[in-house]
Amino acid sequence: MSEAATAKRIADPGLDQSIEKLTPDRIEATILRVINQENSARLKTFVDTCVHCALCSEACHYFMSYDRNPRYAPVGKVKNTLWEMIRCKGKVSKEFIRDAAQIAYTECNLCKRCVHFCPFGIDTAYLMTIVRRICHLLGVTPQYLQDTSHSHSATFNQMWVKDDEWMDTLQWQEEEARDEFPGLRIPLDKEGADIMYSVIAPEPKFRAQLIYQAAAIFHEAGSDWTMPASPGWDNSDMAMFSGDAEMMGRLKRKHFDTARRLRVKKIVMGECGHAYRSVYDMGNRWLGYKEMPIPIIHAIQFYCELLRAGKIKVGSKIKELCTFHDPCNTVRGMGLHEMGREVARAFCPNMVEMHPNREHNYCCCAGGGVINCGPPHKMTRVHGNSIKAEQLKATGAKIVIAPCHNCHGGLEDIIHHYKLDMKLMFLGDIIFEHMQKPGAVE
Amino acid sequence: MMDTSNWDWEKGVKVISKINDCDAETEWLTEPYASPDGEKVAVLAKTEEGFDVCVNAKAWGQTFDNAWYPRFSPDGRLTCVASTDMEWTLAVDGEPWPETYGYIWNTMFSEKGDVIAAAIQQDGTYGMAINGEQVGELYETASEFTLSADGKRTAAVVQVQSMDAADIFTFQQGCYSVAVDGQAWDIKVVNAWTPTFSPDGSRVAAQMRSSLYDYTIIVDGTPWSKNFAMVWDPCFNPKTGTVVAPVRMAGKWGMAENEQVIWDPVYFQLWEQKFSPDGNNLYAICAPQYGRWTVVHNNNTWNVLVNTMLTDLTVSPDGQRAAAAAKEKDKWTIMADDALWPQWYDMVWTPVFSPDSKHIATKVEKPGKKLTVAIDGKHYKEDFTHCWEPVFSPDSQKVLIRGVQGGKFKRIVAKVNEF
Ligand code: SF4
Ligand code: SF4
Ligand code: SF4
Repeated sequence: MSEAATAKRIADPGLDQSIEKLTPDRIEATILRVINQENSARLKTFVDTCVHCALCSEACHYFMSYDRNPRYAPVGKVKNTLWEMIRCKGKVSKEFIRDAAQIAYTECNLCKRCVHFCPFGIDTAYLMTIVRRICHLLGVTPQYLQDTSHSHSATFNQMWVKDDEWMDTLQWQEEEARDEFPGLRIPLDKEGADIMYSVIAPEPKFRAQLIYQAAAIFHEAGSDWTMPASPGWDNSDMAMFSGDAEMMGRLKRKHFDTARRLRVKKIVMGECGHAYRSVYDMGNRWLGYKEMPIPIIHAIQFYCELLRAGKIKVGSKIKELCTFHDPCNTVRGMGLHEMGREVARAFCPNMVEMHPNREHNYCCCAGGGVINCGPPHKMTRVHGNSIKAEQLKATGAKIVIAPCHNCHGGLEDIIHHYKLDMKLMFLGDIIFEHMQKPGAVE
Repeated sequence: MMDTSNWDWEKGVKVISKINDCDAETEWLTEPYASPDGEKVAVLAKTEEGFDVCVNAKAWGQTFDNAWYPRFSPDGRLTCVASTDMEWTLAVDGEPWPETYGYIWNTMFSEKGDVIAAAIQQDGTYGMAINGEQVGELYETASEFTLSADGKRTAAVVQVQSMDAADIFTFQQGCYSVAVDGQAWDIKVVNAWTPTFSPDGSRVAAQMRSSLYDYTIIVDGTPWSKNFAMVWDPCFNPKTGTVVAPVRMAGKWGMAENEQVIWDPVYFQLWEQKFSPDGNNLYAICAPQYGRWTVVHNNNTWNVLVNTMLTDLTVSPDGQRAAAAAKEKDKWTIMADDALWPQWYDMVWTPVFSPDSKHIATKVEKPGKKLTVAIDGKHYKEDFTHCWEPVFSPDSQKVLIRGVQGGKFKRIVAKVNEF
């Protein structure tokens, strides 16, 4: 085993205690099952194609932030995990699995930036998901990430929010919003509405004001919308990141079934990146859908459509210098960079770009489930993203617009740790604060 | 089954009420709901003090701090979830249940409508109530609430073992079970989902996860001895009492009956299985090819396929026919008897068979949010701004259409051959 692979073990009960139960037979059988039965053709092509040129290295924010340590180069991560498993035909030690799990879960955001740098288009993020799948089947997963996956399985949301807490929060936000918008209702379980609005569980749990803001935007835009009164309201998917494909499928079925039960035409989802990936790329396909069975549009698209249609209008503009963070899953994954900028520019005339930007933007270092790996791994990602801090600082902007919850989590830590004088905002924050509100009382 | 024999089946149109009329002072009225027999329409009414409910323009005369989820039971009683002074209860035809709760939701009815049940939370513990009475014990958490067809029994997934935050190891040892009539089974499982009663209400089957990777079906507290890579919702054969469920093996889906695989795992997806009333015909929705959907009948797939989605599988009373809502890109139609209706709509609802199994009706939405009812691929001559699912007369000759037109709620009995 290379030295790099054992360099920085971080204590995590989900990794340390879980390897105790492993046996050589189980490790071998699991690796061979995943490699041979679940992933043969694409994996084989990638493994056979890589020429170890290391051109992918500079793509990775971890590599760039950790003094170009080869451990963090995409090719280094593959070498220290999957290649070794394949080379040894599954005969690796439990300590090896432990280290491979740390690399795959906490030192790669599955952000796919490296795909753009590899001359052969090798998708390291895909290879890391295979490592995660193996680790999941071996029961070796970071404690906090596994806890969110458990929550998904027990409650169909990632934060252990109970049915009544969900509805109570919506009704509380409705009541608050009604003081400002007298006719406002958050229509719960309204069958036949045009739109089902879905969010991720941290919204009702910690950021309920975002639901208030979204309700105000829907209300002012005159949208025919609803939110479900049953599980299926949370579109997030940490099971996708833990490697639990079966739970990912179950979650996405619940999400689509809830929308189908309500007979909505489409789902609008809040500002989250990974949840979007789970419906356009991973979860839907696992279920057997080639495409989304019910169209899901991201808040970026929705806001852009509302502005273009004149359904919401700009009331005031932000004077400070703003910059726009391109979330990997909505930008590299779905090309929403120009729409995001269109919405941002409508309210923020003073925009400055980060460099690089759009599909080449550096990841926030929280995505891919890494922020969900919890406090033990926080500094790995904070130190693994000094490149982002430099990128942000160079803009001189006072406001960073990031239309993704995870990006907010990650960037907040970066801004705080690197002492950047910047404020983070969602597009929804900006629209709510600066749109015209003819339906509001003074 | 809902008894429709004493409904007014005289052909014709009755204007029941204007939906925006209410004999109380209201700020706004919202979300109309029609009774199954079409004799009543309810709207939620916002008053200066709070919320009330209007039925056929007559207010209940109650002021609630909040009210939502107005739903008619199959026997025509109107229920509404309502709160006063931070306490919640269910109001039935304007009469609140005497018990109040920390929260109440998920109103359920027996098939005939004589029993009303709901999920309840009291002092942070969870369970169910039937006709205003708590059933059995309350638990740390409960979900997936189920009522038997006769309304006499309840089932839910309950948490029977406490665990600390982020205690992944206790969770994986199994903290959940299924409670029937508020009493948990002895077994503890990692997860359970979709408890389902046998048609006579005597037995319960559920999906179960015994470890993070092993799924199976559990019946009356006893798991099948075989595990699978994944399972979907089980159901009972109404005649033999066997339990069938889709199971995933080596990346494909098949069907298992009492833990034996009866349909080989050759499908990319397989779910929503339904028996005919005589138990001889088993239908399901399947993807025989990746991303392509059809109906499978006793393990024989229909030939017609759609690409986007197939859902709401319904089996005819005689068991010889099945229908489902089919979606291709953004348009919907009905797939029935291995063919698609020629008309495509913006939306279709669950297909409904006539009692003689000869006709299929469904609520449909045409472009411009025009709602109406279609039978056997032909829609009714008039459109509505709101419309509810059609109901056939007992003789299968007529259909009840409930719709709002020009602000008026109308009850229309039309002949099937008028479509
Ligand atoms: S996917 Fe992103 S985080 Fe992972 S190796 Fe590639 S660039 Fe680095
Ligand atoms: S750039 Fe591509 S070929 Fe070169 S080392 Fe990286 S993954 Fe391998
Ligand atoms: S959290 Fe945001 S930037 Fe980070 S990986 Fe997800 S989408 Fe990308």
